[in-house]
Amino acid sequence: MALVDRINAGARRIPSGVLYIAGALVAGWYFYLALSGGMGVDPVKALEHRYGELALQLLIAGLVITPLRRFAGINLIKFRRALGLVAFFFLLAHLLVWAILDVQTLGRVWADIVKRPYITIGMVGFALLIPLAVTSNDWSIRKLRAGWRRLHRLVYPAVILGGVHYVMVVKGWQIEPLIYLAVILALLAVRTRRIRARMVAQTG
Amino acid sequence: MSKQLKWSDVTPKADFLNRRQLLAGAAGMALAGPAMAKIDAAPSIYSTDLEPNPLEHITTYNNYYEFGTGKGDPAENAHTLTTDPWSIKIDGLVDNPGTYDLADVMSGVSLEERIYRFRCVEAWAMVIPWIGFELGSLLNRVGVQPSAKYVAFETLVRPEEMPGQRRNILDWPYREGLRLDEAMHPLTIMATGLYGEELPNQNGAPIRLVVPWKYGFKSIKSIVRITLTEDQPETTWNMQNPREYGFYSNVNPTVSHPRWSQASERLIGGGLFSPRQDTLMFNGYEEEVAGLYAGMDLKKYF
Repeated sequence: MALVDRINAGARRIPSGVLYIAGALVAGWYFYLALSGGMGVDPVKALEHRYGELALQLLIAGLVITPLRRFAGINLIKFRRALGLVAFFFLLAHLLVWAILDVQTLGRVWADIVKRPYITIGMVGFALLIPLAVTSNDWSIRKLRAGWRRLHRLVYPAVILGGVHYVMVVKGWQIEPLIYLAVILALLAVRTRRIRARMVAQTG
Repeated sequence: MSKQLKWSDVTPKADFLNRRQLLAGAAGMALAGPAMAKIDAAPSIYSTDLEPNPLEHITTYNNYYEFGTGKGDPAENAHTLTTDPWSIKIDGLVDNPGTYDLADVMSGVSLEERIYRFRCVEAWAMVIPWIGFELGSLLNRVGVQPSAKYVAFETLVRPEEMPGQRRNILDWPYREGLRLDEAMHPLTIMATGLYGEELPNQNGAPIRLVVPWKYGFKSIKSIVRITLTEDQPETTWNMQNPREYGFYSNVNPTVSHPRWSQASERLIGGGLFSPRQDTLMFNGYEEEVAGLYAGMDLKKYF
C-alpha cells in the first residue's frame, strides 16, 4: 500500500474530536507551566507568546490541508474544522493573557488597540475569525449554502494579518516571524489560479 | 490573584546589609571560602534600597542578540565566548590613545557595588547588584581632550564565538554612545561583576556599560572600543529604527515607544499574576540626572 493510502486510511480511523481534547490539554499544560515557574522568569510574556504562536501554527496547518489533497492526494479535510476552532481558542487565550495578565487594565487595553498598529492588526485578524468560529457547524453550512464558502475565505486575510502582527511585534527583522509570513504567503499563492494551474501541469 | 509582593518584603534592608557585612568579614578572616563573594567591592550611596532580583533572573533572561534573539539564548550560547585575554581600544579625542589590556584598565580602579534599577525598552524591569567603577574615572585617566563631546562604544565582533553575529539581525558591531556629560556622571559605570562574582558572559563579560536612567539597550556589553568624538556617534538601535529608538533613550513614562506604552512596567520575578508598576521618570534617578537635560524637549530628543 502506498504511503499516501496508508496516511489516508490512518486518518479515517482517528476521530477529529481528539484535536479538541489535545488542544485543551496543551493549553492547560502551558498554563500550569507558567504558574509553576516552568516557563522562565517572565511567565506572562512566555505564555502570551506560546498561545499566539500555537494559534498561528494551527491556522497554517489549516491552510496546508487543501494543497495536501490537491497536490499529494492526502485527505485530511475532516480535521480542518477542528484545526480552525482550536486555533481560534488559542487566539482567544493569547488575547486574554495579553489583556488580563499583561496589560491589566481596560483603559490601557483600549489605548493599545487604537494606538498601536501591530495590536490593531492583530485585533482585526481576530475579529475576522469570530464569524468563522461562530459558523463552524453543520447547521450554518446548510443554512448559508454557497455563502458559507465565501465567508470562510476570510481566513486568508486573517492569517496574513496574524503573520504581519508577528513580524511587527519583535524588535528588528528577526528570522522566525519572517519564515511564518513567507509560509503563509506561499500557501495562499498556491491557491491562486495561475500558480495552481502551473503546479498541476508539472505534477501530472 | 496573589497579593502584591515587593522585593523589599523579602529581606529587610538592614538585615540584608548586616548579612553582607558578615560575609565580607568572614571572607576576610577565612580567605574566601567557596560560597564567598570573590570580588571585594565597597557599598555605594548610589545603590537603591530595593531588594535585587535573584541571580537566576538576571542570568537567564537577557537581551544579547550576539547570542540569539530569544531571552534564554544568551544563557545557553554565551559560554563559548573567550573573555581572557581581553583588551579595549581607547581612541579618538584622548591624550593617551591605545589598546589597553583589561588588567591595565582595572588596575587602580575602586570597585563598588551598585544596586541599580534596570529598565528594558520592552517595558520589563529588574533590580541588579552590579559591581563596577565609574566610567568617568577611566576617561580621566586617558585624558579627554577639550574638543570631545561624545563617547562611542563598540561590542566585540567574533562570529565564531557569537552565533547571533552570523546573521545580519543588526548591523554589527553593536554600537552605543553617550554625551560626554552623561558618560562622566557618577551613576554611569563600567560593570565587571554581579552579585560579588565576575560578570557572567550572558550579562556582557568581561566589561560592560551600565547607565541606569536609560533603557537597557544603551548599556552596551562586552566592550572592545571606546572612542571620544566631537560628533554624535551612530548607535545600533537608532540606526535600525530611528523612529522607535532615539540616541538619548532616557527612561520616560510620558514618551511612548511607537509600538507600546512606557508608562508602566512588569517587574521580572513576580509570577503570572504580578501587577504592573508605574515607570518612574529617568527610571527613578530623576533627582540625580534631570539637570543634564534642563531645557531640552525630551519628546523630541527621546
